[in-house]
Amino acid sequence: MQVSQVREPLINGEKSYENITSDVMAPVRAKPGKLWFLGFGISALVMLAGFAAIAYTVWFGIGTWGVNRTIGWGWSITNFVWWVGIGHAGTFISAILLLFRQKWRTSINRAAEAMTLFAVMCAGLFPLIHMGRLPLAFFIFPYPNTRELWVNFNSPLLWDVFAITTYLLVSLLFWYMGLIPDLGTIRDRMKTLWKKKAYNFLSFGWKGSARHWQRHESMSLVLAGLAAPLVLSVHTIVSFDFATSVIPGWHTTIFPPYFVSGAVFSGFAMVLTLMIVTRRALNLQEYITVGHVESMNKVIIATGSIVGIAYITELFMAWYSGVEYERYAFINRAMGPYAWAYWIMMTCNVISPQLLWIKKLRRNLTFTFILSIFINIGMWFERFVIVVTSLHRDYLPSSWSMYKPTWVEVAIFLGTFGLFFTLFFLFIRIFPVIALAEVKSVAKSSARKFIRKSSKKSKPENE
Amino acid sequence: MEKQNIPEPVPFKFGKKLKTYLGIAAGIGLLALLIAVFVQQLPSERIWANLWMNALMFLFLGLGALFFWTVNTLGESTWQINFQRVMESMGLTIPFAAIFFVLAFPGLKDLFEWTHTEHLDRILQEKTPYLNMPFWMVRFAVYFILWSFFAWYLRKISVKNDFEPHDKYLGRLRATSGWFIVFFAISSSTAAWDWLMSIDAHWFSTLYGWYIFSGMFVAAIAVIILITIAFKKFNILPNVNKEHLHDLGKYLFGFSIFWAYLWLSQYLLIWYSNIPEETVYYVERVNNYKTLFYMNLIINFVVPFFALMTRGSKRQPLYLAIVSLVVLLGHYLDLYLAIMPGAVGHENASIGLLEIGLPFFYLAVFLTLFFISFGKAKPVPENHPYAIESSSYENI
Repeated sequence: MQVSQVREPLINGEKSYENITSDVMAPVRAKPGKLWFLGFGISALVMLAGFAAIAYTVWFGIGTWGVNRTIGWGWSITNFVWWVGIGHAGTFISAILLLFRQKWRTSINRAAEAMTLFAVMCAGLFPLIHMGRLPLAFFIFPYPNTRELWVNFNSPLLWDVFAITTYLLVSLLFWYMGLIPDLGTIRDRMKTLWKKKAYNFLSFGWKGSARHWQRHESMSLVLAGLAAPLVLSVHTIVSFDFATSVIPGWHTTIFPPYFVSGAVFSGFAMVLTLMIVTRRALNLQEYITVGHVESMNKVIIATGSIVGIAYITELFMAWYSGVEYERYAFINRAMGPYAWAYWIMMTCNVISPQLLWIKKLRRNLTFTFILSIFINIGMWFERFVIVVTSLHRDYLPSSWSMYKPTWVEVAIFLGTFGLFFTLFFLFIRIFPVIALAEVKSVAKSSARKFIRKSSKKSKPENE
Repeated sequence: MEKQNIPEPVPFKFGKKLKTYLGIAAGIGLLALLIAVFVQQLPSERIWANLWMNALMFLFLGLGALFFWTVNTLGESTWQINFQRVMESMGLTIPFAAIFFVLAFPGLKDLFEWTHTEHLDRILQEKTPYLNMPFWMVRFAVYFILWSFFAWYLRKISVKNDFEPHDKYLGRLRATSGWFIVFFAISSSTAAWDWLMSIDAHWFSTLYGWYIFSGMFVAAIAVIILITIAFKKFNILPNVNKEHLHDLGKYLFGFSIFWAYLWLSQYLLIWYSNIPEETVYYVERVNNYKTLFYMNLIINFVVPFFALMTRGSKRQPLYLAIVSLVVLLGHYLDLYLAIMPGAVGHENASIGLLEIGLPFFYLAVFLTLFFISFGKAKPVPENHPYAIESSSYENI
């Protein structure tokens, strides 16, 4: 297909296929530097601290947390939803943007998918710990066990188990499928024998023959087709955890699409946070360009505004419904004891992304980086507001309560950051951060030098 | 891409034959209305409800097409350029939708319980700051003035670029599309509350606006497909090829699923929580409109889901046209189920001559206006900076 000369190139600089391979592979081949060891070391330490806090919880029980009878879901479910949400960007980029033929996704899909997997792993921890007895975690799977006890199929919490497991599996397969040809390329470039063998094993002996490619491509298409509805289903079902209840602030029909939009919103914010640093650290500025950042910022403004409209719709409907409990829930959100959380959420999620309507800011990396952190914070508070603020005022005033996390909950949350970054640091050293084969597939049409050439060629035809 | 022989475009003419057909269709519609009023003497609320329903559908097609065009412009997508003028011309029908709404205004008292201000119960009294005639009218005017303005202005920029090409027009098109989307995002929901949700004045659902939007979008895509296929057949748009149809088919497929997703989200959450204030809406429909209620799901979800699943199905013009027609009828039914139970009640509502005949009148007017607008500009935008991309792409 021809590309219009007005379009911004996706790859800057005069890049040949050879250049692309060596640029992207550089971090895999080189010895890690001091900064990497520092980052990896800190992450691993924090992760271990988190695991210690989990062990403490399992040993002494959930009583070590700040949750109580009224607010049974504190930080842990907040963190769970937050991490799952972040885990939406990767598969959105690979599956849905693929359907919409957005070629800019090729430079960021690999890292975003990896991030998705790590985020979903972090998310999955929380419900498990929250159940209180980690060794009995397998009880969540439906099988006719010795006591003839089945899981409750009517519960959205169980649907969650299926939704997230499926999502994790398909995302993992999809991500790994994409990696196979690239691992083959790395293997061919490795000098040390054991490394060659290791990468050969990881790439399932990829040969790059026509038959391999044909299988690979049809499989990728099938997985993309499966993954596209999964992106929507996961957070839909997470939203059911809340919305099937009769708790004011939780029960509202807009939750499913609004949660999905919020998830993509937060996921893209996290991708930006990571990629703006990574492209600098690994010297990938010519592949992950300012244009890529701008495109992601456009997704952010679209999804962020949808979330904003959903907030306001909820607020309006609470009034319009004429139900006093609904009305109180929302007045309490905005003006009650947790109002500060509500206003942090509103500022970070609704107001600050509107700045991205300005093109200069969309293309400003420093601004985008700061904004992405704002959004990460705002989306965490959104879940905090939904979970804690809705619960802390019960129907009976005698049950009213407040909630404060203990150090154990804080440590577990920080620990998941440790886990997330440990995995990410390992990822950038072992696997190519950019999907080599996919970037090469757009290089002919969308690299700077080719766009200029093709436009010269096509001009006389047009006139 | 295989070399195709693209025939010379046939200039579009809104000829006599076409006019006669449309005149006959309009006559059938009017006749159905006259019979309903004078011969059958149907209850007034049923007549008004039908006028209301058709006005809404008339609006949905134009507004949905305008949304489709603007959202593609904002997404820097280019495949739609070869049939973009179809969407532009559909958008230009929006102001005429206002006339049809106004024609149904005498029936507002029949349609909307909350307009009977003399005896409102406590809940409806509390809603009066939003549901009152003056404010409702102001909103009505604002929606139509702004929607019509955007449809007119966007079209103006697009046509201007044909004659004095300049890159600044693309920028202006994008900026205006942005403003439109912002206004549309709010107004599509509030208009759905004003004109549909408030028929069942006590009932509320936060998702309702998005649900109506999704139905509108699917209906508009179905009509875009039908018109595009017809224009391709008569070589008015010879540059539309199977790739364009494939993509349009994907939109119809994908957004039919999206509609079903929103349908399910709303239904399931209300069913699961089982709060009487909310379930009342579905209880009425499931009990008294059982067949239509399930047919709605079958026609609008099951049919497009299976019919458009395969790749080949979306590239077969006739087949795609039939599915589009079925889905368009399905969304009529969806609108019927949104309006009739609240406005007419199951004792009086049924599908008869009026329900089947009247849409022909609206269809004829819609197409007449569409053809007039379409004939006024070149069938394909010229000098669009992205134009080559729309003629040279392939689906996987």
